[in-house]
Amino acid sequence: MTKIKETLSQCYLAFIVLFMYAPIVTLVALSFNSGRSRAQWSGFTFDWYAEMWADQAIMAALRNTIIIAFVSAFIATVLGTMAAIGINNMRSVSRNTVMSITNIPMLNADIVTGISMMLCFIAFRVSLGFHTILIAHITFNLPYVILSVMPKVRQASKDTYEAALDLGATPVQAFFKVVLPELMPGITSGFMLAFTMSLDDFIITHFTRGAGIDTISTLVYSQVRKGIKPTMYALSTVIFLTVFVVLMIGNFAPEWFKKRRKA
Amino acid sequence: MKNKSSRYLASPYIIWIVGFIVIPLLTIVYYGFTDKSGAFTFSNIAEILVWENYRPLYRSLILSAVSTLVCFLLAYPLAMILRWYKIGRGSIIVFIFILPMWMNSLLRILAWQTLLERKGVINGILTAMHLPEQHLINTTAAVLIGMVYDFLPFMILPLYNALMKIDDNTINAAYDLGASFWQVLTKIMLPLTVPGIVSGVTMVFVPALTTFAISNMLGGGKIYLIGNVIEQEFMQDSDWNQGSGLSLVLMMFVIVSMLIVNHFDDKKDMGRGGVI
Amino acid sequence: MGVITKMDGREKTGLLRIFGNRAIMAAVSVFVIAGVSASAVGCGTTEKNIEEIPTPLKDTLYVYNAGEYIDPELIDMFEEETGINVVYDVFETLEEMYPVIEAGGVIYDCVCPSDYMIEKMLQNNLLQEINYDNIPNIKYIGEDYMKMASEFDPGNKYAVPYTWGTVGILYNTRMLDELGVPYPTKWSDLWNPKLKNEILMQDSVRDAFMVALKKNGFSCNTENPEELDKAKQDLIDQKPIVQAYVIDQVRDKMIGEEAAVGIIYSGEILYVQDELEGTDVNVEYAIPEEGTNLWIDAWVIPKNARNKEYAEKWINFLCRPDVAAKNFEYITYSTPNTGALELLDQEYLDNKAVFPDTKELLKTSEFYHYLGQEGDALYNDRWKTVKSS
Repeated sequence: MTKIKETLSQCYLAFIVLFMYAPIVTLVALSFNSGRSRAQWSGFTFDWYAEMWADQAIMAALRNTIIIAFVSAFIATVLGTMAAIGINNMRSVSRNTVMSITNIPMLNADIVTGISMMLCFIAFRVSLGFHTILIAHITFNLPYVILSVMPKVRQASKDTYEAALDLGATPVQAFFKVVLPELMPGITSGFMLAFTMSLDDFIITHFTRGAGIDTISTLVYSQVRKGIKPTMYALSTVIFLTVFVVLMIGNFAPEWFKKRRKA
Repeated sequence: MKNKSSRYLASPYIIWIVGFIVIPLLTIVYYGFTDKSGAFTFSNIAEILVWENYRPLYRSLILSAVSTLVCFLLAYPLAMILRWYKIGRGSIIVFIFILPMWMNSLLRILAWQTLLERKGVINGILTAMHLPEQHLINTTAAVLIGMVYDFLPFMILPLYNALMKIDDNTINAAYDLGASFWQVLTKIMLPLTVPGIVSGVTMVFVPALTTFAISNMLGGGKIYLIGNVIEQEFMQDSDWNQGSGLSLVLMMFVIVSMLIVNHFDDKKDMGRGGVI
Repeated sequence: MGVITKMDGREKTGLLRIFGNRAIMAAVSVFVIAGVSASAVGCGTTEKNIEEIPTPLKDTLYVYNAGEYIDPELIDMFEEETGINVVYDVFETLEEMYPVIEAGGVIYDCVCPSDYMIEKMLQNNLLQEINYDNIPNIKYIGEDYMKMASEFDPGNKYAVPYTWGTVGILYNTRMLDELGVPYPTKWSDLWNPKLKNEILMQDSVRDAFMVALKKNGFSCNTENPEELDKAKQDLIDQKPIVQAYVIDQVRDKMIGEEAAVGIIYSGEILYVQDELEGTDVNVEYAIPEEGTNLWIDAWVIPKNARNKEYAEKWINFLCRPDVAAKNFEYITYSTPNTGALELLDQEYLDNKAVFPDTKELLKTSEFYHYLGQEGDALYNDRWKTVKSS
């Protein structure tokens, strides 16, 4: 009985893995296909990678994506951490109000968030471009940072901070030496979350971007409308491998190092 | 860490959210309730009652409900199996199931396009096996597959998290008392995983309800969803008032559907309070 | 608060918790390193792009054109010859371009829209007159084309034709043979049920309606609600046999044999035929008997341009026969430049799809005209009905 159950379970796991990875594997395979056809294998090539590397539009989009993700996550983390501390010290009425507003971008459909910002930018005669994407990304990143940092702020003990003050630290010193280290896990996960949310965003970027600027998502969307080029497959492969390697390292390297040190 | 003056640390943030959340929302409300001349009107909202608008909304509701259900039916057994094998959070197997979440979602939809196209991979395989070509792309089914594929990891993760929280003893006790598998599933597992189900459902249903990219890329412009209508109003027809009105309606649908979903989970949340 | 407390933030935060926080630091550093190196590499290969984050420079010309609509070498050539720096931006659709020019968020010196859009820009007072003293090469632009352009630019004061062409049906002869469908010669052939899932329609209001209006013998600029309703009904009836509504994808889909017939701009035919050369796939182009849309894309100078003189130098450069010929060979959109025609292979000129007889065409075909907001709404509303059904 358990035998059957086990086999069935494994089949099911295999089925889901197949469903999830077959499309990605297809993209990877096609990126090495020398022909343009998607149905035939016409030989192995690295040409699409070279072409992708030389493609200004792709490279600019890649650069924009990374810069926007990094800068927006950074600013959101700083603003959000400050806010989390501040909000925690507010009276409950104002705290609840602020937190309700904070949750709007997460609660709301992306399309409405994106459109509302686009309308606002245009209504106030802000021309759409890099900076509007950045502002939009910071805005939708902030709730994630606050949600990650807030629990740590609540847990942080008041005593250590006050002890530091009693021992002669200035409030600023006390903050950086005592409070911040306690919040750090929340801050880093908030930053990472914001970074990945920003990397993956399409809808909000679609509405707040100006002409002539693309991120990977908007580039893919416009390329698909023109017809897919194999350079897109090469790009997919590069992105997938990067994500894979980064997460592998992030997830398993620390364990591995620990084991080696013990050995 | 109570400190009165430290509350001012939140002020840059408050200025930010007023400027970039509150004011934009007021802008969209303003456009939604005015006509081209700036006079107050309900007609942009009432437009949803026009066939051209409610039909795509209806289609969106159906497709997102179906894709949410399919995601749930695929993810729940998976999460149960992972629990059964006692596969922990740090495990590489869990990692495999949520890794695609980090891959750019448009590239993942692109992958399905290459699979489903007339001369795509699936038809290539069919032809090689001397089977007739199938018409797969630009159908409702293709859009549905795209939604399920895009959002499945967002269903797996909360369900897995919720199932892993259940104490083994609870389940063993139920079996010891003679409960069948079915009883354990319906009386213990499902009720205890409601918070996870709620999270999973909202994380699939809302983006599926509002998408326009998936229907454009896999529907060939033939499967018109409410997201497409709104996108068209802004990006092609430049009718901001109409677009804003429909956006507000869509927002109401999102909020109402989340209220309904959350209703199932409210009792649990009472004690916890707070925001997180 | 019920809703808010349960939002997905908690779960999304949870996503990262799985990996623990040490892990996150490692991941962040890898991302940053990857990012920095990617940017560094990017900078190396795309020096030009860096100039595109501009403070408006005196010796810089800002050009705004449709994507893939010029031989990029020509930009370098122009820069070398004149010493003027060119910032070259692209738009995907004219509808995307218009608000940019109108709002003046980014100021361009020279833009290349199509006929009806030029008409709209003129009506909204967004363009300035061109000083032809600075464009001696205007003499190479054929008189016929100037005359055609005067239809949307009365007196030829504002626009210099760049390319022109028709909208027609591209078809794959082998696939049609297999289906047993005769080669299309008129728009109404696109309503043949045998073509189920074989048709690629244009996903733009005016082009889609043009097909249905012309099929019925109406003008493609009609504002008569009954005619438009008839066209709308025809498009709805056609929808079940249409494979997809697409824009620029038609080209690649036809090359990939994704569909047997597609509606396409005449400028794309040479590209498609080039790509298919040496394969057993053969595509032909038909201008339907009922008549079609005739279009001209032309260079204009926005009212708010900062460097009108440079813009005129740019236009003059593009009107030079050798430049126009080189450009034609790259973009394959028919040129109105008579000087360039003399430089081109006879093989091109004989291609009736690319260079049709305009006099003959004008008997049945029309330019699009800008119909004003109400006119546009007549079309947009009906198009929405077609798309929703």
